Amino acid sequence: MMIVLIMPVILLMLFGFAISTEINEIPIAVVVDEYTPEVRRDLTALENNPYITLTGIIEERDVDQVLRSGKVSAVVMMRDGKRNVVLDAANSSMSVSAGSYITSILRSGTTMPLSVTTYMRHNPQLKSAYNFVPGVMGLIFILICAMMTCVSVVREKETGTMEVLLVSPIKPIYIVLAKMVPYFILSLINLATILLLSHFVLDMPISGNLPTLLTLCVLYILLSLMLGLFVSTMALSQVVALLICAMVMMIPIIMLSGMMFPVENLPPVLKQISYIVPARWFIEAVRKVMVEGLSMSGILKEFSILCLMTIALFAGSIKKFNDRLE
Amino acid sequence: MKSVLPILMRKEITQFRRNKVLPRLVMMMPIMLVLIMPLVTQMDIKNISVVVLGEDRSLLSTRIESHLANSDYFRMPESAYDYNHAVELMDQGRVDLIVSIPAHFERDMRNGHGKPISLTANAVNATKGGQGIQYATQTIISAVTEIAAESGLSAEGGLSVEGGLITVQNRYNPTGNYRHFMLPALMIIVLLLVCTFLPLLNIMTEKEHGTIEQINVTPVSRWEFILAKLIPYWILALVMIGFAMLLAWAVYGLVPAGNPLNIFIGAFLFSLCMSGFSVTIANISNTMQQAIFVLFFFVIQFMLLSGLFTPISSMPTLAQWLTYAFPPRYVINIFRSVYLKGTLFTELWFDYTMLFILAAVFYTLATFTYKKQN
Repeated sequence: MMIVLIMPVILLMLFGFAISTEINEIPIAVVVDEYTPEVRRDLTALENNPYITLTGIIEERDVDQVLRSGKVSAVVMMRDGKRNVVLDAANSSMSVSAGSYITSILRSGTTMPLSVTTYMRHNPQLKSAYNFVPGVMGLIFILICAMMTCVSVVREKETGTMEVLLVSPIKPIYIVLAKMVPYFILSLINLATILLLSHFVLDMPISGNLPTLLTLCVLYILLSLMLGLFVSTMALSQVVALLICAMVMMIPIIMLSGMMFPVENLPPVLKQISYIVPARWFIEAVRKVMVEGLSMSGILKEFSILCLMTIALFAGSIKKFNDRLE
Repeated sequence: MKSVLPILMRKEITQFRRNKVLPRLVMMMPIMLVLIMPLVTQMDIKNISVVVLGEDRSLLSTRIESHLANSDYFRMPESAYDYNHAVELMDQGRVDLIVSIPAHFERDMRNGHGKPISLTANAVNATKGGQGIQYATQTIISAVTEIAAESGLSAEGGLSVEGGLITVQNRYNPTGNYRHFMLPALMIIVLLLVCTFLPLLNIMTEKEHGTIEQINVTPVSRWEFILAKLIPYWILALVMIGFAMLLAWAVYGLVPAGNPLNIFIGAFLFSLCMSGFSVTIANISNTMQQAIFVLFFFVIQFMLLSGLFTPISSMPTLAQWLTYAFPPRYVINIFRSVYLKGTLFTELWFDYTMLFILAAVFYTLATFTYKKQN
């Protein structure tokens, strides 16, 4: 299965490079009634700003049309010495930043000498990758590992070979382990490529110590394989098992793991739900180890929760595996 | 001659209804995505834990502190006695932002020189760090402006206050509700998942059970076979979008600003596209697991790279070019524009045309890859 080895690499590279919440090149248009020196100064300031792309000067009656068709995200109206910034606030989080960029540029002509210096601890260039690479790792590992193992048992059920396995004298624990070993080896190869790429190509730092990071990742892989196996023992058909692992699990993992949206903001009930999403703990721990440079003692909580989840899933699969005979 | 299409379609619908899991899953998806997930999509970071170190015991620094304390974005659960202590708290994760006001700041500011205020943010999460700094700067500026206005400083001290010279107006989403921005996109996820995974698994089941060969030896043409499989999903997709729109209206009070028909046309073209895409993948795969892997590979890209969660405009140029091949990109734009801005059909011609072209491409691929004999 070459795809299992190539897919994570392509996904990691794509997402690592492409996903970013940095806002730049905001397209804007300008309405001008008279070219006074102030207007010229503001126009140059807007033109020279790297975050803003000045697309052109338009008539006042076209303001609504250019905004509605999405050609620009903001229009600056310069009339009677006043400045009115009209924002396309459909994307409210982006428009807040766009608005504050533009007002600060317009203000800079009449600036106040208030000086503020800022320090971004752990991530001085504010790279989104520091945020997304652990997220993508958490997402890819769990889904791919679970998708690999989730058909293993249920396929035996569908083809009828399950009965043969059950009447054989082999203990279920060995069958379950044997089913995992090949996928575990595959996942280790994936882990190596993913870590190498994220460090050398995507410039992710590994500030903490490597053995801690590796232990954490291996534990997470085991957990993900167990999760797939557990789904496999529960599901009645391959279709259902695959649907659960590929489609149903994808949404909570993206939404509730802190990869896209901060977990702190979740409403209380959803926060409780997010506690059972393994990716949430993994992503948090990976960030701590890779970016903040904490050692094992710093991630003890996350690590032990992941351990408990793995054991619970393992016990669950063995139990389900045993009472399959009807 | 009587067409076999209705009969084949009846077979598909019966099979779908008999399935124990699928109908429930299809009902649950819009409820989960449209009802619950908008609560998650909150980009605004609130509850940023801030510590103010005021060596300057002036009116200004108390004012800055009280402005921060009164802001929705900040809370002050911790206190620190010096910068190193504050950084220690930050490393323990108890503080997100440190505002440090140097000694004699107010006096120096009046003279137009002196050390700046320093803001330190924990930027492990770049979004959170960046937003924290942005909000804090705005808060500080407003505190300083207020003090300046009160003491008449603006006249002599070079601190000018714009007195409403710059106004900002938010259009289309005046309350700045991020959920209204995400809701249309979440509806797309419903469509994306239903129109890809379900047809794919349907065809792959026939392949694995060997029933596809029985159909292949009948005089049913390949088009009739595929259409009979897909038409129920197209209808299902439209029903689900309608259902999701009702939910969005009932729960979040969101109704399209434009013509709802534009949304349905977009949704229909999109489901055409995606089902054609999944038929192509089904044709080239041998096992169900393999097919799911390939589909998953693409679907996850569609989800994360078509502007659903993060803006396309902030991607690198090369990646932006890639997204032109992603159907969700267009339909997301259609949904959001029509829903929030009331954009007209004619203004979105490019998106509709691209969806149509992509649908044509996928169906051509699907026909070429479908072989009646294996």
